[in-house]
Amino acid sequence: MINVQCFAHIREQIGKDQLILDETKITVKDLMDKLSALYSIQTESIMVAVNEEYAEPGDIVNEGDTVALIPPVSGG
Amino acid sequence: MMFVITSEPILIEEVTNKVVRPEAGAVVNFIGTVREFTKGKRTLSLQYEAYPAMAEKQLEKIGAEIKEKWPEAVTAITHRTGKLAISDIAVVIAVSTPHRKDAYLANEYAIERIKQIVPIWKKEHWEDGEEWIGDQLEKTVYPTGKPEEMNSL
Repeated sequence: MINVQCFAHIREQIGKDQLILDETKITVKDLMDKLSALYSIQTESIMVAVNEEYAEPGDIVNEGDTVALIPPVSGG
Repeated sequence: MMFVITSEPILIEEVTNKVVRPEAGAVVNFIGTVREFTKGKRTLSLQYEAYPAMAEKQLEKIGAEIKEKWPEAVTAITHRTGKLAISDIAVVIAVSTPHRKDAYLANEYAIERIKQIVPIWKKEHWEDGEEWIGDQLEKTVYPTGKPEEMNSL
């Protein structure tokens, strides 16, 4: 299981702040493709964090990891 | 705690005092407040949302970047979340250095980096609607999947 946290407009589009995916090992890119298909979200401007660090599309997400979908930030 | 995400009102002096020390001859504060009018459009209030654990780590990263560029600088940053009214304080950045120029530069570097890498989002509430502000130019894409390093300062 992989926990996916959602924020800002992505959280509102998906309708949940947290998703549980039944995966054990998947690349960031494949995971994003899966979420994009399941929830019809636009993923090209979304950054991904794995265990609170920014990740690259080719990075591997493992069982028990926490993924976060990070839309373009607007703090400050 | 030098790098903090909080839902409580920010006390400017409390953040400033974290960087005051005998070696410092300059302390620069940046205070980010909620602006009423943006391009003629009236904001009623703002809602800030954060991914707190990661946001604090990214603020620490900014502190480390500043330390690399200005080794004598000490930085403290507090960013607020939740609903803010016009003129409420959203962020306070305090930087101290032995001499003032470095404190000004490092402080500006910090706010630029916050807008690039710290997972905090604001939702604007206007008279006629509301919207999450993506990036403030509305054209950022991240071809590498994550924000670029900033080397311009």
